[in-house]
Amino acid sequence: MAHGLRKDLLTGVIAIVVMTIVLGLAYPLAITGISQVAFKGSANGSKVSFDGKVVGSHLIGQEFTEPVIGKNGKPVKNEEGEVETQPDPNYFQPRPSATGYSGNVTFFGNAGPNSAEAREEYREELKSYVDENKPYDHTLTREQVPVDAVTQSASGVDPDISEANAQIQAHRIAAVRGIPLAKVEELISQNTDNRSLGVLGEPGVNVLELNISLEEEAPLK
Amino acid sequence: MFEGYAQIAIFVVILVALIKPVGIYLARVFNNERTFLTPVLGGIERGTYRVLRVNPEGEGQDWKAYARSLIVFSLLFWILLYLILRTQGIQPFNPEGFHSGPWDLSFNTTSSFITNTNWQYYGGETTLTYFAQMAGLAVQNFVSAAVGIAVLVALIRGIISRSGKSLGNFWQDIVRILLYVLLPMSIVGALFLVSQGVIQNLSHATVIHTLSGGTQVLAQGPVASQEVIKELGNNGGGFFNVNSSFPFENSSGLTNMFEMLLMLIIPASLTYTYGRMVGSQRQGWAIFSAMFILFIVGVIVVYMAEQHGTPAQHAAGVHTTAFHGSTGGNLEGKEQRFGIADTSLWTAITTVTSTGAVNGAFESLTGIGGAVPFANLSMSEVVFGGVGAGLYSMLLYVILAVFIGGLMVGRTPEYLGKKIQAREIKLVSLGVLFTPLAVLLSSGLASATELGKRSLYAGINPTGFSENLYAYLSQANNNGSAWAGYTGFLQPHAPGNVGAFGITFANLLGGLVMVTARFAPMLFVLAVAGALAGKKVSPAGLGTMRTDNPTFVFLLIGIVILVGALTFFPAILLGPIANGLTGRLF
Repeated sequence: MAHGLRKDLLTGVIAIVVMTIVLGLAYPLAITGISQVAFKGSANGSKVSFDGKVVGSHLIGQEFTEPVIGKNGKPVKNEEGEVETQPDPNYFQPRPSATGYSGNVTFFGNAGPNSAEAREEYREELKSYVDENKPYDHTLTREQVPVDAVTQSASGVDPDISEANAQIQAHRIAAVRGIPLAKVEELISQNTDNRSLGVLGEPGVNVLELNISLEEEAPLK
Repeated sequence: MFEGYAQIAIFVVILVALIKPVGIYLARVFNNERTFLTPVLGGIERGTYRVLRVNPEGEGQDWKAYARSLIVFSLLFWILLYLILRTQGIQPFNPEGFHSGPWDLSFNTTSSFITNTNWQYYGGETTLTYFAQMAGLAVQNFVSAAVGIAVLVALIRGIISRSGKSLGNFWQDIVRILLYVLLPMSIVGALFLVSQGVIQNLSHATVIHTLSGGTQVLAQGPVASQEVIKELGNNGGGFFNVNSSFPFENSSGLTNMFEMLLMLIIPASLTYTYGRMVGSQRQGWAIFSAMFILFIVGVIVVYMAEQHGTPAQHAAGVHTTAFHGSTGGNLEGKEQRFGIADTSLWTAITTVTSTGAVNGAFESLTGIGGAVPFANLSMSEVVFGGVGAGLYSMLLYVILAVFIGGLMVGRTPEYLGKKIQAREIKLVSLGVLFTPLAVLLSSGLASATELGKRSLYAGINPTGFSENLYAYLSQANNNGSAWAGYTGFLQPHAPGNVGAFGITFANLLGGLVMVTARFAPMLFVLAVAGALAGKKVSPAGLGTMRTDNPTFVFLLIGIVILVGALTFFPAILLGPIANGLTGRLF
């Protein structure tokens, strides 16, 4: 027994070292090396550019905001001295996020099904969505607001919105950017990711790509 | 809705089609036969034995020697992983300059990964170096999975052995499982995931100037190499805190389908392997059928439930019906690209297997939808379950069912020609009851004392109760998914561990539960294997109760539900079911 235990300890010590080197270093480093050669774009985050500059990732949603301008004509700052922002109506707006679209500190919103706090958040999201879009689409009612527009995603960086969500916002975008609604709808369909292989997942409109094509079509002055 | 069911059907068809070829391959690996990879890997395999000083031609280990090797191996790795987590400050591949987190968190995380649980109080991208993720955690994703499979293989050998006490050689089993199964599949799978957008690099986080003039920091890292084995080995610990909902872990409907298949391919194929090794495919299919029925019922329940909104959404006037261009349903805590169907299917798969990776937030599921993960865990991870662990636990239930069935018809209980006697039944009962007991004691302790209260996010209400119960249910069953509001770690200045601290009670209790509920049942299983090994095989006669027909399948399902339901039903009523039955908000 004692002999068996000694032998196990020896084999065990060698095994954990060998396995850590092979599985913990050689394997991931080899995958990294191959990926950096064969799949350089996707291995480094599927970055997308506009005007020659990287502005984000195709896969990671981001905020489209503008500074809040106070009565004195200057940007309002919060207690920590950061400039306060609000959704910029000139861009398609993504889904609500628990993390403010953080790409390096992620967590779930964890709104429970019977949470009174969540009810208040849904009310606010619903109200601000309707307030933002109704001036440009007088027939808009609360019943037409799709559920993705008022609920938080899991990742906090959902890159997509639903097609219904994009079509409602299209009225606002067409008006504020001064382009025909038909043109905006065309851009939406160009930037819709269909189900993978036509069947897997859900279709979604990629908000960053859509906003980039808006900038190309009708740049903000 | 049609598209949703179509995707579930596609998943099932692909899975079932893969079971036979993968099952045959696994059997060849376990039987130390040649495989199509032997020409490539045979030399490496022999070299490994020489380095490890293992004699593959030896006479094999009895159950005690097999168990001793397993415990020594796991204990040594526990120590190494703990050291890795405690020395982050001096490690290479640390572009963010992270230091180590609190010791009690390291205790919990170490126990979590050694036991194939991957419960995460920490957030990967905000606390861990790339070195710790690769050389610490991802190594355990391979190794803990291999240990689970090895115990299953030892049990099967005990069941079929006609003479002698040998259950095989632990070291040889681990080497072959890693070399012929987990590593090659991970290499192929990782490269596929990278091609689809899952990141794989060692770079510093990227600072982006966004389109509207803001700033966004994108975490980077060697994700794909860890993602693939996390699903394949039923580990589940995300590189990112939000796990497989983060697009850099799971970028599209296609990667989502691929990762779901990775989670189930080994546990499902092992039933075929089992049939092949015991010499009767029908035995394997009978167990597969029982597992599949319990699985698919859960899928349908959670999918139907999530197509409805929650009481909070209804109260706020949110319109949750599906219409053209909108998925409808409870999209809170879900990604648009997965929608309701793929999130529901994933939720069922990750909780029947012991994976615990999530692509949506469990805490935001509807009451009835959320009852499905609870129910799956209540059945002690025997519905497919963890790689190896699921089937060896299910075989304990099979023996229990044989025993109870035998008593009902007045026969001496026999399984595959071997008499089931007092010693086996005592060990089986201990193995079956240990995990539920660990859950009830630990979650009871946490919910009855002030010590557990600090971990709650939702407060004192049904959702808070669910958080606490699920935390210990998940840790004891080595699953790792969570009602993620529940916490044992607070990190005021993320990213980075400056000023971070753990909730010691939650970390230590959880760690102890994971370790005991992993290794105690393993020892009981190996003891059962030892008791069965070398028993005489009596030929099946007219009086033998069959274990490969529909009657037995339903008897087995009944036993699994009975044990799980009797143990947990009262507690589950107080959590998700209470949420599901009321429109009240808390």
